[in-house]
Amino acid sequence: MTESAILVLEDGRTFRGQAYGSRGETFGEAVFTTGMTGYQETLTDPSFHRQVVVQTAPHIGNTGINDEDDESRRVWVAGYVVRDPARVPSSWRAKRSLDDELSANQIVGISGIDTRALTRHLRDRGAMRVGVSSTETDVEALLQRVLASPGMEGTDLAGEVTTAEPYVVKALGDKRFTVAAMDLGIKASTPRYLAARGCEVHVLPSTASAADLLAVNPDGIFFSNGPGDPATADGPVAALAGVLGVKPVFGICFGNQVLGRALGFGTYKLKFGHRGVNQPVQDLATGRVAITSHNHGFAVDAPFDGPVTTPHGRVEVSHVDLNDRVVEGLRCLDVPAFSVQYHPEAAPGPHDAVELFDRFTELMAAG
Amino acid sequence: MPRRTDIRSVLVIGSGPIVIGQACEFDYSGTQACRVLREEGMRVALINSNPATIMTDPEFSDATYIEPITPEYVEKVIAQERPDALLATLGGQTALNVTVALHERGVLERYGVELIGASIAAIHAGEDRQAFKAVCDAIGADYARSTLVRTVAEGVDAAGELGYPLVLRPSFTLGGAGSGFAHDETELRAMVAAGLSASPVHEVLVEESVLGWKEYELEVMRDREDNCVVVCSIENFDPMGVHTGDSITVAPAMTLTDREYQQMRDMAFAVIREVGVETGGSNIQFAVDPASGRQVVIEMNPRVSRSSALASKATGFPIAKIAAKLALGYTLAEIPNDITAETPASFEPSLDYVVVKIPRFAFEKFPGADTTLTTHMKSVGEVMALGRCFTEALQKAVRSLEAKGAELDFASPIGDKAEWLAAAARPHDRRLQAVVQAMRAGASPTELHDATGIDPWFLDQLVLLSEVAAEVRDAPQLDPTRLRWAKRHGFSDVQIAGLRDGVGEDDIRRLRHALGVRPVFKTVDTCAAEFAARTPYHYSSYDEEDEVEASERPKVLILGSGPNRIGQGVEFDYSCVHACYALHDAGYDTVMINCNPETVSTDYDTSDRLYFEPLTCEDVLEVVAAEQRSGEVVGVVVQLGGQTPLGLAQRLKDEGVPIVGTAPEAIHLAEERGAFGRVLAAAGLLAPKHGLARSYDEAAAIAAEIGYPVLVRPSYVLGGRGMEIVYDDDHLRGYIDRATEVSPEHPVLVDRFLDDACEIDVDALYDGSELFLGGVMEHIEEAGIHSGDSACVLPPITLGRADVARIRQATEAIAAGVGVRGLLNVQFALAGDVLYVLEANPRASRTVPFVAKATAVPLAKAAALVMLGASIAELRREGLLPAGDGADLPFDAAICVKEAVLPWNRFTGVDTVLGPEMKSTGEVMGVDAGFGTAFAKSQEAAYGALPTKGRVFVSVANRDKRHLIFPAKRLADLGFEVLATVGTAEVLRRNGVPSSVVRKVSDGRGPDGEPTIVDRITAGEVDLIVNTPFGNSGQRLDGYEIRTAAVIRGIPCLTTVQALGAAVQGIEALRAGDIGVAPLQRHHTGIVSARDGGPVVVLDASGEAEGND
Ligand SMILES: Nc1ncnc2c1ncn2[C@@H]1O[C@H](COP(=O)(O)OP(=O)(O)O)[C@@H](O)[C@H]1O
Ligand SMILES: Nc1ncnc2c1ncn2[C@@H]1O[C@H](COP(=O)(O)OP(=O)(O)O)[C@@H](O)[C@H]1O
Ligand SMILES: [Mg+2]
Ligand SMILES: [Mg+2]
Repeated sequence: MTESAILVLEDGRTFRGQAYGSRGETFGEAVFTTGMTGYQETLTDPSFHRQVVVQTAPHIGNTGINDEDDESRRVWVAGYVVRDPARVPSSWRAKRSLDDELSANQIVGISGIDTRALTRHLRDRGAMRVGVSSTETDVEALLQRVLASPGMEGTDLAGEVTTAEPYVVKALGDKRFTVAAMDLGIKASTPRYLAARGCEVHVLPSTASAADLLAVNPDGIFFSNGPGDPATADGPVAALAGVLGVKPVFGICFGNQVLGRALGFGTYKLKFGHRGVNQPVQDLATGRVAITSHNHGFAVDAPFDGPVTTPHGRVEVSHVDLNDRVVEGLRCLDVPAFSVQYHPEAAPGPHDAVELFDRFTELMAAG
Repeated sequence: MPRRTDIRSVLVIGSGPIVIGQACEFDYSGTQACRVLREEGMRVALINSNPATIMTDPEFSDATYIEPITPEYVEKVIAQERPDALLATLGGQTALNVTVALHERGVLERYGVELIGASIAAIHAGEDRQAFKAVCDAIGADYARSTLVRTVAEGVDAAGELGYPLVLRPSFTLGGAGSGFAHDETELRAMVAAGLSASPVHEVLVEESVLGWKEYELEVMRDREDNCVVVCSIENFDPMGVHTGDSITVAPAMTLTDREYQQMRDMAFAVIREVGVETGGSNIQFAVDPASGRQVVIEMNPRVSRSSALASKATGFPIAKIAAKLALGYTLAEIPNDITAETPASFEPSLDYVVVKIPRFAFEKFPGADTTLTTHMKSVGEVMALGRCFTEALQKAVRSLEAKGAELDFASPIGDKAEWLAAAARPHDRRLQAVVQAMRAGASPTELHDATGIDPWFLDQLVLLSEVAAEVRDAPQLDPTRLRWAKRHGFSDVQIAGLRDGVGEDDIRRLRHALGVRPVFKTVDTCAAEFAARTPYHYSSYDEEDEVEASERPKVLILGSGPNRIGQGVEFDYSCVHACYALHDAGYDTVMINCNPETVSTDYDTSDRLYFEPLTCEDVLEVVAAEQRSGEVVGVVVQLGGQTPLGLAQRLKDEGVPIVGTAPEAIHLAEERGAFGRVLAAAGLLAPKHGLARSYDEAAAIAAEIGYPVLVRPSYVLGGRGMEIVYDDDHLRGYIDRATEVSPEHPVLVDRFLDDACEIDVDALYDGSELFLGGVMEHIEEAGIHSGDSACVLPPITLGRADVARIRQATEAIAAGVGVRGLLNVQFALAGDVLYVLEANPRASRTVPFVAKATAVPLAKAAALVMLGASIAELRREGLLPAGDGADLPFDAAICVKEAVLPWNRFTGVDTVLGPEMKSTGEVMGVDAGFGTAFAKSQEAAYGALPTKGRVFVSVANRDKRHLIFPAKRLADLGFEVLATVGTAEVLRRNGVPSSVVRKVSDGRGPDGEPTIVDRITAGEVDLIVNTPFGNSGQRLDGYEIRTAAVIRGIPCLTTVQALGAAVQGIEALRAGDIGVAPLQRHHTGIVSARDGGPVVVLDASGEAEGND
C-alpha cells in the first residue's frame, strides 16, 4: 500500500485512495467514461482537456502504452481516476507502462477508490468540478481550491488545444480531394480516415477564418471535435457560416455544435454528458442503429419534428441517441453540409459509423 | 419494424438430458424463450425429454411434449401441433442437429413449418467446418489451416504441410469425441486411425495448431434489420488448447487494446453476416498470437450457447429472451433493456466489475479417466463470480466451486519448484492451484508463462495475491487496513485464518465485524452506472458504497445448489425456482443466492432479488446481514438446493439466522447414522445391519458379524461418493486405505449389502401432523445401483397396494420421528418381503421434478409454502394439493419412466458398470399408457432406440443366469439371434434357448482368425448387449472390453438383468407398432379429472386421448 491521495468534488463528496501517475494536485471537471477499452486513445483525446476523467472499467493499463494509438501529440486529461491500475503491462505492442506515461506527462491521478460510487454520484448530481491531490491531506483546504477553480461553462478551450501551425496530411494512394480541416481539438484518426479515402487534409488552427479555409482551395471543409463550451466558439461559427453553401461541410462532435450554431440553433450542457463507446445512435433516415463512440458534454438544441427553415435553407435532425433522445446529427437539405455529435473515427470505439467519411467524399465528388 | 403477425404458433426444441457439454444453460434459454413467446401471444409447443427442467413445466407452454428428441418423434409432434414456426436455436446442438435432420427428410417443408432464428443454410455454414472455412475466405478472415483426410497416409501428408503439433477432429463424433492433439507422427498415426473408425463418415480434420495462443469469445446479436451488437467479450485464462467450456474464463476481455478488440468485433460481425444468421445470438471464437497479434477465427455457433448463458448473467443482457423476440421480428431498438427500463436493447453492455467463470470437474467419479484438459469438454458444471477486480472475482469463484482443496493455498509448506512447474504445464482440473504453488516455490512469471502460456497480466494478478497473503501472514496484528486489503482481493475468512496462527474462520469473522470490515453489495446494471438500474441483481465487493435498497414485503432467502456436479444438478435448481414463484405469489419478496450461471434460478427475473454469491457460510451470512439491514427477513430456505445449503444449516442457525422448514437439529437426526438408527428403531423400522468403523480392524469385525457382501462408504456424502460393494477382507482393506483419503475426519460406514432387493424411492411432504406422499418410484435396477443411476417407474409396476401402504406408514413415521417440515426423500429396499430403510434425505431430492410431472402435483411449490407454515390441509383447500396423494393415482394413469444418462462417451477407457456410486449427469422421462412403451421411449431419449430385430449378445455373472432365461428366450422367440459366451450359452441351451457361442476376448481370436465378441461388436454385427459385471465388482477384463466397445460403437448395453427384462417389454411394444406422442397437459388433465371423479382419460397407444381434454 503506497502514498495516499484524496479526491474532493465541489459538493464536498470526498474519496480517499492511492496516488497514481504524477504526484501533485490538479483540478478540472469530473467526468466518467464507460469504455472498457482504449484508455490510451482517451487520454490523448484533446476533447478531454481540463477534465478529470473517471474510468468506470476497474482494470486500467493492462496493455500498457504503445507508439501507434495516440490520438494527439500529448496526454490531455487534467487528471485520471481509476480503481485498479495494472502493475505490469501485457501486449506485444506495449512500449512502456501507463503509470510511467502519466508521470512523464505530469498527469496527477488517484487509484483504489470506489469509482462506481463516484460515477453514480456524478450521474445523479451531474458533472462538477473536482480536485485530486497527493500533496494535500486537508479535505477542507482542497475543497476551497476546487470551489475557486473555473468551470466548463463559458470556457473557450479550442484555442488551447489547436495546432499552432497549419500542417498537411497526405492522401493515401491517389489524391482525389483537398480537405480543409479546422482543428478544434482534432484526433489523429480523423485525417487518417480521410487520407485513406484519397483526401489531402490541410489542418488549420481554430483561429482560421472562412477565407483561410477557402484559401487552400478545398473540395470540402471539415470541423473537428474539441473541448469547451460551443457557446463561446464565435470564431469557428462565423468561419463555418462563411463557407456554408460554398463548399461541402462535415462536422464531428464540437463541429456538430458549431454547425448547429451557424444554422441558428442553441446549444446546452448535458447533465453528465455522453462518454463511452456503446451509445446507440439511430439514423432517422434509414432506421439503422449504430453503436458509437461518444465524448460530449454539450448538445445541440434542435427540433425532431421535420425540417426547420434557416437562413441557410432547410435543416433536419439526422441522428438521435436512443438512450436519451439527444440530437446526434444535423443534415442541411439545401446546402451540402452535415454533422454528427459522435465519433465516426472511433478510436476508441466501434467502427459502425465510418461510412460517414464516404458520405463526405460523395458530397465532395458531387460537389 | 414491429413483430411479425403471420406467426401464431411456435414449436420450441429443448436440448434433452444434461450431458457433459450441454447442461442446464439450455433450460435457462429455453425457459426464457417459452416465456417470451407466450407473452407475445403465441401458442407454444415444446419438445424436451428432460423432466428435471423448468421449461418442461406445464405452465411454460401450451403443449409440453416430454418425448425423445429424435426426428421421428419431433415429426409426430409437428404432425399433431402443426406449428407455424420452429425455433431451434435455443436448444443447443441437439436441437440444431434434429432440425437439420427434419429438413433433410422434408418434414419442415411437408408441414409448412418455417424455421425462425437461423436458416438451414446458416446452420450448415456455421456448423460444418469446411463450409465455415469458405465463409472465412469470403470475408478475408484468417483461420487455422486444415485438411480433411480419409486415410492415415493422407493424415501424414497433411502433417507434412501443416507441421506439428496438430489438432485432429474426427467428423461428426459425439461432443468432439476423439479430437485432440498429435505432437508427432506416431501420435498422429494412432489418433487418425482411431479417429477414422470413430467417425461415422470416416473422416478426420487435420488442423494447424495454435496451441498456447490467447483465446477469446464474442457473444454477438443480430436483428433482421442487420443491426449487430456485441453483448460480451470473454477472455480465456487458459490459452488455446483447453476447450472454452473447461477453461477459466474472464469477462470482459482483459488484455486487448481497443484496436485489437475493434478488429475482432468487425470480424465477428462479418462472420455472423456471411454465415447468414438472420436474427438472434451467435458466439464466435478467436485465437490471438501473443507475439504478433495475428487473429484467427476458431469457430462460430449460430445459436445460443453455454457462453451466451454466461454472458447473459455476466452482463444482465438476457440473450435468449432477446433472441426469441428478434426471431418474432422485433429489432433490438424496439426491445427495452429490462434493467434500466429506459434504454433500448440496441447497445453494448459496459461492465464496471470483473466476471470469472471456473468449470467444475468430476474426475474423482471416474477412476482411470484422463484428467488432462484438451479440445473436448470434460467438465460437468461451472461457477461464476463477480468482483470489482479480477483477484476478488477469481477467489470468489474458486470458493464457489465447493471442491475440497480448491481454494488458493498460500499457507501450506512450500513444495518443489520443478514438480509444480511440471504440474502447471499440463492443463488439468487443478492447474490454477499448481500455478500458485509453483509461484510460491519460486517460479518467476516468465517461467510460468513459458510453461503454461497464461498471459503475464493474469500471472501478475496471482503474484499480487501471494504478496497480499504474505502481508497478512507477516503482519504483527491484523489492523483494519490490512484486513480490508486482503478482503478486497477476495481472501476468505478461512484463507486468512489459515495464514494466522491459532485462529479460526469464526475468529476472523468476529474480528472483521468488530472492525467494521464488511462487504458492500453492488448492482449488475449493464451500463457501468450510467443509468439507474431497476433490477436488484447484486454481487458483493469490499468497496465503499452499498446499493441494496430497502424493501417493504417480508423476505425469504433461498439458497441455491451451486455448480452442477454429478449428484447435484438441475433438479435442485428446479425446486429453488418453484419456491421463488410460490413464495412471491404468497406475498414474500424472494431473495435467491446462487453461483451457477447456467441456471434459471440465477435469472434476474426469477426472484425478487438475486445475489450472485458463493454458497459458503461467510458469503451467505453477509447477504443475510445485508437483507436484514434493508428489511425483514422471515427466514432462509436450505432444503431445496441439495446438500450444499443443507450442510450450512447448523452453522447459519448458530449465527442466529432463522432457518425455515426442517430444523438443523432434525436434519442432523436424518443424516447422522446413529441418530437416524434410533429414529428407525423408535418407529419399529428396519435398516440394513450396519456399523461405524474408524479402522480396518473395526471394519473387518463388523463385516464378519453382519456377513459379506457389505457396502462401505464414508459418512456424510451426496451422490454416494466413495461407496463400494465389498465381497471379502482383502477388498475391504484396499477400500479402507483409499476411503480414508476420501474424507479423513469422517469414519467409514459398513452396511450389510441387500442382495436381490427392489429399491424404492419416495418423495413426500410433511407439515408436522400430516403426510403427503408425493410419489412412489420403483427402481428397475435392484438395490446396489445408485438411485440416481437406476431407471425408475411411477406408478410402481410390481408393488401391491399393501406395499404402498407400508411405505406410506414408514415414510410418515420417519417424517414425524425426524421432525420434517417440508420435503423428505426416503430410499427403501424391499428384500424378500422385508422393507428396509436405506436412507432418508430431509430435503428436496433429485426426483422432485419427475414426481411433480408424473403426478400433476406442484410438489416443490407446496413444499415452500409448508416450510413457511402452511398446512397440507390448507394447501388442499386452496387446491394446490389434490385430495388423496401422489401414491393413489387413477387406475389407468399413464406410466412414467425415468432413465439416467451416463457420460461414458466422454471418459473412454472408464468401465461403464453401474454401482452404488452415482455417475450419471442427467435424466430423461418416457411417458405412455403402458410400461413397455414408456420404457422404450426413455431408452430412445437417453441412448437411442432399442433394436426390434437383429443380434443380441448375452454374457452374465452366475448370480444373474437364472433371471436371464426368460427374457433371453423371449428375444429368441421375437427372432433375435442370440450370441453368448460359453457359460451363458450352456445355461441357455439347457433351457431350450438357441444361441451360438462367441469367443471371449481373453480367448483371443481362433486358429482360423475366428473373431472375438469385441471384434464382432466393433464390426457392427451386434445390435444389443447384455453384460452384467462378474462376481465381485472391479474391472474384469472381458466385461470391461465388451462394455467399452459398446460405448465406442454406441450400441445399447444393459448391465443388469432387470434392465433386460424392461428392455424386452420395450422391444415388444416397439414391434407392436406405431408409438404416439401426447402433451404432458393431457396426461395431467387425465389425472386431475379422475381425481375430481370426472371421466377418466385413457392414453391409447397412439397417444390420442379420449375423454375430456
Ligand atoms: N487449431 C487449434 N489449435 C489449438 N487449439 C485449438 C484449435 N482449435 C480449437 N482449439 C481448442 O479446442 C477447443 C474446442 O474447439 P472448438 O472449435 O471451439 O470446438 P467446439 O465446437 O467443441 O467448441 C477450443 O476452445 C480451443 O481451446
Ligand atoms: N444396504 C444396502 N444394500 C443394497 N444396496 C444399498 C444399500 N445401501 C445403499 N444401497 C445402494 O446404494 C445407493 C446409494 O446409497 P444411499 O444411501 O442412497 O447414498 P446416497 O446418499 O449417495 O444416495 C442406493 O441408491 C442403493 O441402490
Ligand atoms: Mg467452441
Ligand atoms: Mg440415495
